Amino acid sequence: MKHLLATSALALSLALPLAAEASTLDPNATAGGGIIVTYKDDVATLDPAIGYDWQNWSMIKSIFDGLMDYAPGTTDLVPGLAESYTISDDGQVFTFTLRPGVKFHNGREMTAEDVVYSLNRVTNPATQSPGAGFFGSIKGYDAVADGSASSLEGVHSDGPLSVTIELSRPDATFLHVLALNFASVVPEEAVAAAGEDFGKHPVGTGAFSLGEWTIGQRLVFEKNADYWRAGLPYLDSITFEVGQEPIVALLRLQNGEVDIPGDGIPPAKFREVMDDPAQAARVVEGGQLHTGYITLNTQMAPFDNVKVRQAVNMAINKDRIIQVINGRAVSATQPLPPSMPGYTDNYAGYAFDADAAKSLLAEAGFADGFETELYVMNTDPNPRIAQAIQQDLSGIGVSVSIKSLAQASVIAAGGEADQAPMIWSGGMAWIADFPDASNFYGPILGCSGAVQGGWNWSWYCNEELDAMATKADSVTDPAKADERLQMWSDVYMAVMEDAPWVPVFNEQRYTMKSERMGGADALYVDPVSIPVNYDYVYVNDVQ
Amino acid sequence: MFSFLIRRLLQSLLILLGVSMITFVLLYWLPADPVRQIAGRSATAQTVQNIREQLGLDQPLVVQYWRYLGNLLQGDLGRSYLQRTEVSTLIMSRLPASLLLMAGAIFAELLIGLSMGVVAALRRGSRTDQVLMIVSFVGVSAPQFVVGLLLLYVFAVQLHWFPIGGYGTFSHLVLPALTMGILGSGWYSRMMRSSMVDVLRQDFVRTARAKGLTRRRIILRHALPNAILPVIAMIGIDVGIFMGGIVVVESVFGWPGIGQLAWQAIQRVDIPIIMGVTLVSATAIVIGNLVADVISLMVDPRIKIR
Repeated sequence: MKHLLATSALALSLALPLAAEASTLDPNATAGGGIIVTYKDDVATLDPAIGYDWQNWSMIKSIFDGLMDYAPGTTDLVPGLAESYTISDDGQVFTFTLRPGVKFHNGREMTAEDVVYSLNRVTNPATQSPGAGFFGSIKGYDAVADGSASSLEGVHSDGPLSVTIELSRPDATFLHVLALNFASVVPEEAVAAAGEDFGKHPVGTGAFSLGEWTIGQRLVFEKNADYWRAGLPYLDSITFEVGQEPIVALLRLQNGEVDIPGDGIPPAKFREVMDDPAQAARVVEGGQLHTGYITLNTQMAPFDNVKVRQAVNMAINKDRIIQVINGRAVSATQPLPPSMPGYTDNYAGYAFDADAAKSLLAEAGFADGFETELYVMNTDPNPRIAQAIQQDLSGIGVSVSIKSLAQASVIAAGGEADQAPMIWSGGMAWIADFPDASNFYGPILGCSGAVQGGWNWSWYCNEELDAMATKADSVTDPAKADERLQMWSDVYMAVMEDAPWVPVFNEQRYTMKSERMGGADALYVDPVSIPVNYDYVYVNDVQ
Repeated sequence: MFSFLIRRLLQSLLILLGVSMITFVLLYWLPADPVRQIAGRSATAQTVQNIREQLGLDQPLVVQYWRYLGNLLQGDLGRSYLQRTEVSTLIMSRLPASLLLMAGAIFAELLIGLSMGVVAALRRGSRTDQVLMIVSFVGVSAPQFVVGLLLLYVFAVQLHWFPIGGYGTFSHLVLPALTMGILGSGWYSRMMRSSMVDVLRQDFVRTARAKGLTRRRIILRHALPNAILPVIAMIGIDVGIFMGGIVVVESVFGWPGIGQLAWQAIQRVDIPIIMGVTLVSATAIVIGNLVADVISLMVDPRIKIR
């Protein structure tokens, strides 16, 4: 983000289009061929306004495009369907010039009207989009959200290739919001024709179109020959086979029948794979924008006492927890993951020190410890991690009973003010929607999330920090991007002082691929497309 | 016979109504909120409330159930919360696979179970008998997840005789059907053994032997048909057992049936799917039991119709 905003918008509009696109082509790539990707679960929907799980996110990305996009394998914003854009001095008016000649899969040319329609659609309550709230800064959003208006006041087209979006407040994250799948451009006639089943009959402008969908068995994506990024995609087709257990998918990969097991390497087989040099060579490791944490409910005794929360922070042996998951993570000191802009580099966090924790606990008036409950999702390895936490806390005299429940039940308990004193976030942990420091605050640490049914499970609400956060996000001047990140860093450091969380680890990603797969490693740990960026990978054995 | 059938059909409908009611109430009481699963983690309170109202989940339990029942009577199972598709479409696209698997499993359990039972009965008390009965005991006790993975590893991964999971051809069916069949075959071998032992003691077998028939003819023409009938009548009841087993077996082998659908729906609190699969399974079990009753009647006229 900071790189992009630092460039002047005008220079961008002149320099970017052809030169930058050409440079993303891989000189070693061969076009053609198809790959097989497996998943355990059915694909829920391919409607970009609805799809919001890590499985369909990358699929939707390959079928649709939005005004903004990310350079493959990175978190760098680049224009997508927009050829260029300008931002007004107050940071509240965005004017986008669209690429000419972009075609939907149905053959029709995409225009500014489609962009307007798509933004109106995703924010319309009848669409039931889980991402509607991201567009809250657009002028007229509130009227659409409460049903008193049917279109966004701040969005309009000026001619077939120009769209203006006006915000009601400065929003430094807005370009990221336009790179979310929720902001994808969809053709009105296809949505109208498919009705409620648009998610099963998607039509976009993306690199692939949906060829076949046999429910419960497979989806086949076919190359979009008219794709506006010349030379892409390399693959002719992608077959997603669903209903495959991760362990069976691994066996099939070893047998040469599968190219990418979408659910990753099953934990029980991880050591076996990594200890075999031939297999380990086909595993790509990378960071991801993820933090696993323990929430301490600041509205329930004794966690309403900051000293108790700090003591718990000191009592957790993070390295041992990482051993429980075979070292598939790095230990965390703060809410933000290390690869996120705004991460505070020189902060050591709470070091593991049981003695210091004990004396802090005594200071807080709990010399003899106390009894509490830890909620955890009931799938491996989370209960084992909960046991490690339980042991660590018994070391400072805190007796923890573990409540191991189905995911939905843990989420429900976290959304009640007085139910879950502690929650281990595993299986429900925060993965960034977009690579910006603000994305780890609002819903999970801000006051707006500390409501019944919210995701701020520590029920931490610090109005002062909320004000700082709002201030940071109103800094839209590209020249002050670093200043803004410093403000966010200050917010998270203040959070650590109050210790509503124990940040435990940042999970690493391990993508396994077949021998025939080609393309830069970064594509296989793309921070935005999990498991891989389908538009840019290729196979080596095309005849 | 006719009035018996009518009565049983009416009873079956009552059972299904009860099942729908109990399942609905249990799902309503579940300490998890389906609306929040739909709305996702970034939804505002307004979005959550709006979805709740659109789905009618803000209504009292009785109203919700009444609506569900009303739609059900019109053949409408509702729409999946997360897959955003008609539940009936999802079930109908997966049901044939489950039925095929079940047919394969019944064939496998009969083939293995009956032959083991017959051999054990003919060699009663011998080492063969003991070994077969231990094997059947293991078959009944082994978890299907383990049996499935073992078969997959040995016959698909190591020997390459069968594909590693999937669906489509006969060879895809063999291992999953076998996995389910092995469980059932344990029961069948034991039942078949005792039934056969019983029949072999009967007077008509002694008569047949006395009139000089070959051993082969006695077993195949006289003993076997009589011994097999009461066992066959159990097939209807198997449907119920298999309905539970398909969840595991379909997962292991990537078999696109309704068991997988149910499992996914449970994890995501997708209530319309859970309801739909439950009702379809319950219907299958009810029909299975009905068939079992009818077959027993036809096999053994001594059973009184009440």
